[in-house]
Amino acid sequence: MQIFVCIKQVPDSGQIRVHPVTNTIMRQGVPTIINPYDLFGLEQALRLRDRFGGEVTVMTMGPPMAVDSLRKALTYGADRAVLLTDRVFAGSDTLATSYALSNLILKAGETWGAPDIVFCGKQTIDGDTAQVGPGIARRLGLSQLTYVSGIDDMDLTDRQILVRRRGDHGVQVLRSQLPVMVTMMEGSNEIRRGTQADALRAARAEVVQWNAATVGIPDIGLCGLRGSPTVVKKVFAPTAREETAEMVPTTDSSPAAMADALIDQIFTRQPALQDDLLRQAAGH
Amino acid sequence: MSNQTSRPAGSGRANMKRELPEHFRSYKHVWVFIEFEHGRIHPVSLELLGEGRKLADKLEVELAAVIAGSGHDALEEVAKTSFSYGADLAYIIDDPVLADYRNEPYTRVMTALVEKYQPEIMLLGATVLGRDLAGAVATTLKTGLTADCTELAIDGERSLAATRPTFGGSLLCTIHTLNYRPQMATVRPRVMAMPVAQEGRTGRIVDFKVDLKEEDIITKVLDFLPDTANEAAQLAFADIVVAGGIGLRTSENVQLVRDLADALGGDWGGSRPLVQKGWIPAERQIGQTGKTIRPRLYIAAGISGAIQHRVGVEGADLIVAINTDPRAPIFDFAHVGITADAITLLPALTRAFRQRLSVNRMAG
Repeated sequence: MQIFVCIKQVPDSGQIRVHPVTNTIMRQGVPTIINPYDLFGLEQALRLRDRFGGEVTVMTMGPPMAVDSLRKALTYGADRAVLLTDRVFAGSDTLATSYALSNLILKAGETWGAPDIVFCGKQTIDGDTAQVGPGIARRLGLSQLTYVSGIDDMDLTDRQILVRRRGDHGVQVLRSQLPVMVTMMEGSNEIRRGTQADALRAARAEVVQWNAATVGIPDIGLCGLRGSPTVVKKVFAPTAREETAEMVPTTDSSPAAMADALIDQIFTRQPALQDDLLRQAAGH
Repeated sequence: MSNQTSRPAGSGRANMKRELPEHFRSYKHVWVFIEFEHGRIHPVSLELLGEGRKLADKLEVELAAVIAGSGHDALEEVAKTSFSYGADLAYIIDDPVLADYRNEPYTRVMTALVEKYQPEIMLLGATVLGRDLAGAVATTLKTGLTADCTELAIDGERSLAATRPTFGGSLLCTIHTLNYRPQMATVRPRVMAMPVAQEGRTGRIVDFKVDLKEEDIITKVLDFLPDTANEAAQLAFADIVVAGGIGLRTSENVQLVRDLADALGGDWGGSRPLVQKGWIPAERQIGQTGKTIRPRLYIAAGISGAIQHRVGVEGADLIVAINTDPRAPIFDFAHVGITADAITLLPALTRAFRQRLSVNRMAG
């Protein structure tokens, strides 16, 4: 069984700081991590491989430094790693990204065997769009199973897969046919610690590096900025409100007195809310 | 700037003024995909009708509701509701195959509908369903899609200006889809105000048929397990929300937030650090990566007010902030603030509110 896992190297958002004066993002020195949701995809892939056999190939599109994330993925136990890196991909929006990744998957499929499952995280923590997984699925004609919280069963003979998918009102139990694209939810599987053998292997492993030409991108015009229908017109800091909060005086006040002053202030500003609350209380 | 009209569609990213290619000029009207599942219209769809109405008026075009599902009577009811919230017409796609949401048939009917009736703008909720569908439809149509918008406007060039948070919510960016139609965007629940329904407002219904056969659909729905512990899902729609931040200091003190919410008949939540510490469940996280709320009253206790949090709460009618640090950023966007320790003030507030509300009960 061939399983491909798409990952993305992202800035560790917990460590991003906004400059207090200019209100711009300070990215210098911010460490990068594998997008956390992608790790749930990787873990699920490794579990399926351990049970059914086969290979897990982890892949990404990004700058040369993304090789670090791929090597990290190898330490978890992925069998091989591929980086698609080329300046023509710079500035890709989600449509252009899904075009590049789908071509990467096709090339990897020709090289090592077509994937039975392609995993992605449900979304990235930097872009937050949740659009690339569905984009890849459509481009490759794979069944699209997003927000998957668990894989209940798989049958390689009938080529069927049974998944749980988190909806807005509950969980759908779906049966689909391989090959499929699956985007994984958070908390779906505890991430393993790689073995020492994996770590040693990862340190020595070659990360395959391809560019647009080696992958054989059919239409370079569909890549990068040129291939991106969406265009960022401006980036700006949210405007501050005209006036700051009206502060309730607190000098020498007991908590009870402060609470009373605060409630007076709330009800003065929201008399209708006060009326509704009183009506509600009276009705009980 | 004006001599680029002869360039073919999609040939590149050009400046903002470039004119739309000829074959895209027939794309008119604003569409809202109405999320109708398990007999319920998702409120975000009605919020989007309100927003879509403004865009359609600005463009002087019609606003259409797109309704897919199974059972014509039920879908017609949804159309009537859509009319009362601002739609001029409703496309109804009624087919047994569409009974439960599945990506494949929904993508097929949406794509076919767009190709036939050619909307200029298409809006969907940034829900699980909406994101699943929008990504697939936009890719099939090879058009632009902007996720999780917080503001939508039309600029001078009839272009949709879609503003969304970026860099984890620290900044906003405005995105345009140039030279491709439709322009697609998703918007999270509660970001746009719920419009007021106009009773008796009507519109016309257009039935649309796509040849769907169940045996052609690869993915089958075997079961649906509805959420039973569903209270947290209501958080986005609560009138009163009390939330705690790291200023609560211990997980036990989360109870103080819950007590106050209880006294007010409201709901409760917290900022991201509390989820990361495991003090509150993820579905109670309020902010950019959690839930967006629009309550009448929002009380933030011990929350410093990072921009990610602000994005999730600034739609509240009245924001009250309790924080020991008078320079906390939350006081920059709260309406009322008090410099106090949430741990001592919250119980006092709960007592005081209970007292005031019970006095009335006795009097009534």
